[in-house]
Amino acid sequence: MSEATMTAPASGGRPKVSKISEAVIRIAGNSQDGIQAIGGFLARLAGRSEQEVMTSYEDHIKSLRKGGIVLFDSDHVQPKPEWQQEYRHLGVAISSMTVEAIGGTGKDKGKNMFVLGLVAKMFDLNVPKLEKLIGERFGGKDESILNNALTAFHAGYSHSLDNVLETFRFVEGQKRAGHQVVMTGNEALGYGLIAAGVRFGAGYPITPWSDIMELLRRELPKYGGTFVQCEDEIASISMALGASYAGRVAVTGSSGPGISLKTEALGYAVMAELPLVVIDVQRGGPSTGMPTSVEQSDLNIACFGGHGDSPRVVLAPANVEDCFYTAIEAVNIARKYSVPVVILTDQAIATRIEACEEPNLEKVCQDISPDLTPIADFKPYDLSASDGLTHHAPPGKRIASGKYPVVTGLEHDEMGHPTGSPKLHLAMNAKRRNKLRKLASELPVPQVYGPPEGNVLLVGWGSNQGPIREAVDRARAAGDSVSSLHIRYINPLPPGLENIFSGFNRVFVVELNDEGIYGYGQLAGLLRARYCDAKIQGINKTDGLTFKVKEILEQTRARLAAAKAQPATA
Amino acid sequence: MSSPVTDIPVRGGNITAVPPLPDSERKPLTKKEMSADHPTWCPGCGDFSVLALYFKLIEKRKLWHEKITTIAGIGCSSRFPYFVQAHGVHYIHGRALPFASGVSLSRPDLHVFVFGGDGDAFSIGGNHFNHTARKNIKMTYVVMDNWVYGLTKKQTSPTSPPGFKSKTDTWGAVDQPINPMKQAIAAGATFVARTTHTNPNHVLQMMEAAMDHDGFGFIECLSECVEFYPGAFDSSNPRKGGAFNLVPETHDVTDEIAAYKLADEPFPGRFGIFYKADRPTKNKLEAGINAKAQEKVKGLKHWQILQQNFDRMK
Ligand SMILES: Cc1ncc(C[n+]2csc(CCOP(=O)(O)OP(=O)(O)O)c2C)c(N)n1
Ligand code: SF4
Ligand SMILES: [Mg+2]
Repeated sequence: MSEATMTAPASGGRPKVSKISEAVIRIAGNSQDGIQAIGGFLARLAGRSEQEVMTSYEDHIKSLRKGGIVLFDSDHVQPKPEWQQEYRHLGVAISSMTVEAIGGTGKDKGKNMFVLGLVAKMFDLNVPKLEKLIGERFGGKDESILNNALTAFHAGYSHSLDNVLETFRFVEGQKRAGHQVVMTGNEALGYGLIAAGVRFGAGYPITPWSDIMELLRRELPKYGGTFVQCEDEIASISMALGASYAGRVAVTGSSGPGISLKTEALGYAVMAELPLVVIDVQRGGPSTGMPTSVEQSDLNIACFGGHGDSPRVVLAPANVEDCFYTAIEAVNIARKYSVPVVILTDQAIATRIEACEEPNLEKVCQDISPDLTPIADFKPYDLSASDGLTHHAPPGKRIASGKYPVVTGLEHDEMGHPTGSPKLHLAMNAKRRNKLRKLASELPVPQVYGPPEGNVLLVGWGSNQGPIREAVDRARAAGDSVSSLHIRYINPLPPGLENIFSGFNRVFVVELNDEGIYGYGQLAGLLRARYCDAKIQGINKTDGLTFKVKEILEQTRARLAAAKAQPATA
Repeated sequence: MSSPVTDIPVRGGNITAVPPLPDSERKPLTKKEMSADHPTWCPGCGDFSVLALYFKLIEKRKLWHEKITTIAGIGCSSRFPYFVQAHGVHYIHGRALPFASGVSLSRPDLHVFVFGGDGDAFSIGGNHFNHTARKNIKMTYVVMDNWVYGLTKKQTSPTSPPGFKSKTDTWGAVDQPINPMKQAIAAGATFVARTTHTNPNHVLQMMEAAMDHDGFGFIECLSECVEFYPGAFDSSNPRKGGAFNLVPETHDVTDEIAAYKLADEPFPGRFGIFYKADRPTKNKLEAGINAKAQEKVKGLKHWQILQQNFDRMK
């Protein structure tokens, strides 16, 4: 979606109907106003919506293009005169008109439905479909709730938008194949874990991770599974590890502060070679930071957090749909490589509502219950295993030799018994490292978006994929040589990157974290360390919001100017 | 766009399976079959007797290697799993209880034993102790209390009595110690017992009772650190001129207040079961939640249950 696709206002005469293919609708309000619900309805109707908590429109007006429309509640908001020059302000007495329609006070519910009606009118949206969605959402409860919602919606829809000089009509989008399902990134992760066969999880509440634990707590019992709310994050990862040890990959998760608490146990999982999935829904840090803002500043702790050499896997999904498949992939990597896998998602993906193609659940769902068939003999840390890949014998499994394994965090011999032998420490370090080298060799080479050679390569990860690709499209449309590369395997990195980088004069890593002391962010730091390539530079910001296409283009231009290279964009 | 899903590992790898042997044809494990590494404890350490009695318990109760899991945190006492020939876990300092909870809650077919020290249980692991107790997660937990940090060589422990001269309190400990019995009762533990390594029969008796208890069974076992706190428990040992006093026969183990009072007696205090409550375990409560939830999706395959959610998101 783009912010520049609405056509310019026509002057005078009857309201004009402009055909558009995309629109960005930003909704600001107080947390009780139910603005999320508006986004949810629009996403179900149209395919995608993002959520940033916008409590004041002043903080967000910059993201509106010049001449864009500000539809505001004239009962409560006083627009700034200077902004009225730049944007078309359209005041509607949302609060009082909602009260007029359904009674109650201006603080009561219903304003969001009124606004949904206004938006539906403005964009000529499919009213019967929206009514059906409202019915699904509010039906079943007290009948008066549904009636009020529909009444407020129609009041908004029938409100005369005299001042709007144009309304918009979406051109028919291409019908996508198969069924579409609409969900948030957190939901996609939760359901992905269930599809992957995860039946145990443990966690401690923290925004924006809590949704996932709430979902698993609610859903797992249907599958005979359990999610435990623990006393803290250390207990959570420990309990999940206990369940993983007991034979089935388990999940824990948190956001920044809780991830910090989990690091000692995460190192244990690496040492003990226990499979585990750890979800980090990143938010603004450090410390309690910016709990409801997006940031990508946990890459370092995900890859390197903890003491000692503790190689683990880090995956970063790019969007809501990817969350579902990343969850399954994480579980399978954890099982195959007996290693903890961190899923590094972020607040933007977590709460964004997106439509995606419905997965074939019959095919995707897997059973990973433990195998308790007795075996003859067993070494938990067998050094002769190819590529260092060993798998634990879960408790309950009989071992005929009578020699049982100990799973341990002390450096150990092949049976899991402690050793101070330098030779064994070298060998076991190599085992743990080689498993990840093996994984790296099996990863697909990422695809360059745009031509594989050119002037600028924008490298991104996580939720930046969308705006980066849009930036590439726009830059290319303006005749500039810009391509992009999305990295979803953060640790280990996929093969072939060196080759890709060599096709470009400049490599800019676009990330939502600080440029640091040396002028580049966390993924850029990792890539520079890995490829010793000084042309890798950073495009960073930490304002708590996702990247705007405009920002990426401007910063790219600035970098190029600073480097005295040919400007990338006009 | 979907990401490549890695191959699922072959279950059990290239390991040869053997036919199962019915339990009825199996003989109780011998001490030899139960012991693994020779304990690294100092000669004379109280922990030896706890280990010996664990072996006795396994033999007496005909527990099989694979049916028990021995879990510990970090400390001298927590080295326990290395010395037992059974599935075992040596976890991190203070966190053995939540790890054990993960095993207990996901594997009703196993009996989970946890062993550890006083620092592991009541200092770094203090909060986990409270929560595992109140949640009544089924397991048997033996704390080998030596009133000192043994592994790290004589620092003050949360159970060190005031005046104890350690390396971190060379003039004598000043902080009020934790009373493990009171702590356990207050936290909501459903089985609370006290014993001492110098009375083997009593240790075994307590272990058996704790094991038979359907819930979180907690035993404080005094276990002398001959290296850093020799003689700590002499006054509880008749052979050293002390007194080993059992919990009075008239004591009502279901009476929380009476148990608390018993726990308040000055050292050497009483030995035996202080408190026992019949409260459903978390294991049971969760199984109940699951049975109810599964009733509604009866006959459906797992993917079909998930499909119901996806249908609602269309
Ligand atoms: C996170 C962490 N902090 C500190 C330590 C060091 N440490 C190991 S054991 C221990 C105390 C052990 O005392 P206790 O639990 O009473 O066991 P004991 O050795 O007396 O049996 C300490 C402080 C550690 N291993 N990990
Ligand atoms: S230091 Fe103390 S507790 Fe540790 S093994 Fe020696 S005697 Fe036992
Ligand atoms: Mg101790």
